[in-house]
Amino acid sequence: MITPAHYMILSAALFIIGVIGVMVRRNIIIIFMSIELILNAVNINLVAFSSQLQHVIGQVFAVFVIAVAAAEAAVGLGIILAFYRNKETVNIDEMNLLRW
Amino acid sequence: MKYIWLIPLLPGVGAALNGLVGIRAFSRKTSGFVACATMVAALGLSVLAFWQLLGLPPDAREYTVTIADWIPPIPLQMHDGGIGRLQVPWGFRLDPLAGMMLLIVSGIGTLIHVYSTAYMADEPRAGVARFFCYLNLFCFFMLMLVLGSNFLVMFVGWEGVGLCSYLLIGYWYEKKSAADAGKKAFITNRIGDWGFILGIFLIFFTFGTFDFREVQDAAARLPVESMHFGVLSAICLLLFVGATGKSAQIPLFVWLPDAMEGPTPVSALIHAATMVTAGVYMVGRNAVLFSHAPMVMEIIAIVGVLTALMAASIGLVQYDIKRVLAYSTVSQLGYMFAAMGVGAFAAGAFHLMTHAFFKALLFLGSGSVIHAMGGEQDMRRMGGLKKYLPVTFLTMMVGTLAIAGIPPLAGFFSKDEILFRTFLSNKSVWVLAVVTALMTAFYMFRLMSMTFFGGYRGPAWEPAGAGPAAAIAAGHGVAHPHDPHAHGQAHKDDHEVSHGPAEPHDPPGGHGGGHGAWHGPHESPTPMTFPLMALAVGAIVAGFFGIPAALGGSNAIERFLEPSFTPSAVHAGAEGTRPAAGAAEPAAATALPAETAGEHEAPHASRGLELGLMGFSVLIAVVGIALAWKLYVTNPEISESLAERWAGAHRVLLNKYYVDELYNATVISGTMAGGRRLWTFDRRVVDGVVNGTGWFTIIGSWISGLTDRYVVDGAVNLVGWTAQEASYWFRRLQTGLVQNYALLMLFGVFAFVSLYLIAR
Repeated sequence: MITPAHYMILSAALFIIGVIGVMVRRNIIIIFMSIELILNAVNINLVAFSSQLQHVIGQVFAVFVIAVAAAEAAVGLGIILAFYRNKETVNIDEMNLLRW
Repeated sequence: MKYIWLIPLLPGVGAALNGLVGIRAFSRKTSGFVACATMVAALGLSVLAFWQLLGLPPDAREYTVTIADWIPPIPLQMHDGGIGRLQVPWGFRLDPLAGMMLLIVSGIGTLIHVYSTAYMADEPRAGVARFFCYLNLFCFFMLMLVLGSNFLVMFVGWEGVGLCSYLLIGYWYEKKSAADAGKKAFITNRIGDWGFILGIFLIFFTFGTFDFREVQDAAARLPVESMHFGVLSAICLLLFVGATGKSAQIPLFVWLPDAMEGPTPVSALIHAATMVTAGVYMVGRNAVLFSHAPMVMEIIAIVGVLTALMAASIGLVQYDIKRVLAYSTVSQLGYMFAAMGVGAFAAGAFHLMTHAFFKALLFLGSGSVIHAMGGEQDMRRMGGLKKYLPVTFLTMMVGTLAIAGIPPLAGFFSKDEILFRTFLSNKSVWVLAVVTALMTAFYMFRLMSMTFFGGYRGPAWEPAGAGPAAAIAAGHGVAHPHDPHAHGQAHKDDHEVSHGPAEPHDPPGGHGGGHGAWHGPHESPTPMTFPLMALAVGAIVAGFFGIPAALGGSNAIERFLEPSFTPSAVHAGAEGTRPAAGAAEPAAATALPAETAGEHEAPHASRGLELGLMGFSVLIAVVGIALAWKLYVTNPEISESLAERWAGAHRVLLNKYYVDELYNATVISGTMAGGRRLWTFDRRVVDGVVNGTGWFTIIGSWISGLTDRYVVDGAVNLVGWTAQEASYWFRRLQTGLVQNYALLMLFGVFAFVSLYLIAR
């Protein structure tokens, strides 16, 4: 039997993977993908508890998150494209214009 | 007659035309024509106005025109506590005295304008326009002086003629002596004007009005100050100071001889006929005022006769033809003042008129001589000119006989009237006046003899031009050099060495008579001889207006002028205490009708005496003439031996009593020293204060600058520096690495969550 605990362990694992990805990777595309992982970890939590509590609001929330994530992906990829055109790189360490 | 204000205005318009347009655009002929035309128009109007004046009954011969307000009425607190009014109109008044003066100024002025067109013909074009502008301007101011109905309008004219005199004396301003003479005349005049203007102030303070007629009537109501020196005496003395400046009396006569640096027509018009008589005219205008101050009258008589004597004695030995005439003018003005001083106002004014004619004539004649001699003024270089300048000679002879007092020429009647009146009132003044008359006859005939008789002593000339004569002609063409020593260096070298100045030349035959180059002495052109002839006629007939009763005449001029010297009939009749024009005559100090009668009876009473005096003065004149003839024509060597025997006296006279030197040593050097001291004061104290203020400002601003830089800027920089230093560690956080920020964020979240968990 799959209990909410299982979902939460999966969700936490995905979240940790996402955070580590954001922290350690230099490729901005990978970081972007890691952020998606984090968002989807949250989505798993939301859907799992919706099913557990027999309440549809969690699923509605998940759908909103997916929509926002899609929008965020569009904006984020636009920024990455613009950056790549200027710098010919996607290395996050090169994106340091705003330092002192 | 309503338009008498146009009379001064016309020459003013001429001056404006010539001054504003003429200097740039007019040819010599045009500017001369404009000037002459305005003067002729003014003369026509003057004659018309005078004619209408004659048409009035003798007591009402006065006409006042007010064209505008100059100073609108201003209420004033008077010294006696009442409320007075300061109001000055542009008022013009024609009365017998002004009428006479008006005819003299416009008549002689017109003649001299005509004369100038020829005399100034060799000047540069712009110079001619400038000359006529000044000359017209002079006539404008002089006519204003004459016609002004109050002291302030007269003062405008008074100052204006002084200005024009300055401008015209300094007409050849490139010449230092001319510029200096102009300054001398102006400054000396200013000293007199100082007295005049103080007198005017005192008149307003005393009477509360500037109007001549009102002042005279007010003065007539005051008692005669025979015993004490009151306010009327003070007024008169101050006015007389003004008159001494303008009319060249002791001690301010020094400017007039130097004024001969100006062109000769100017000398004739301003420094002989019109402007210098302004002082006499002013005294005559205020006759009532002056006859209330017997002490001042005494002073005037003494100053007048001493001036006459002194100037005549200087004139005895001068060599410059114009200077002789200048001293003669000073001397004759002294005569007029002597007449005024003894109360013979009409006689003084009469002499003013006759003198204007014969002195203008003599000056214009001398101008003609100078013109003929190519600018030479030294009489030692003339001689024998009679045959070259017949018209000039004849007319000047008329003038000379007139000034010497030979009957029946003009000078005889006027001078004799003065001598007679001085004899009646003050014997010592009379004695000095007679001595002056002797000298006058002498120096005038000395002038005539040295100029027209004897042998020719001037430079030689070549009949056809070229050579040394051309060099002189060049000087003649550019500007008549008036300093005898500055004249034509060329002839000095060429002729003085070989002939000596006193050795007579054989008169070379024939002369070119041309105008451009000097071909020897020649008669002047018609525009110059015509005024000479006209003035000669004047010098002959002018005296007939004043034939004294003793000779069967009626002394018309005296009766004509009488209303100008008396207060208005209304006041005189009411008060009955009109002091006499002849204050010295006791019979005169009664009511008006009796007094007027008395004045005309006095000559009758002593007819024998008057005839005797006349004979005596003619005798004196003849003696003077004979003496001059003997010394300068028949036996010229006597005069030189006399000059050697009385070398000291001769030198003193030749140097004009060293008056100029005295003034230089006292007044002028004193003024200069005072000026230098003031300058030192100025430099040290005033400039010191100014510089000190400057230094103070500099030091203050330096301190202020330091404060600004170190305190204000320091505070601002300190704030910036503090912020910069304080941010040294914090700015390290801003790595620009996104993952750093994310890590920090993570730590932050952990921290807050931990805190939340623990603290709960």
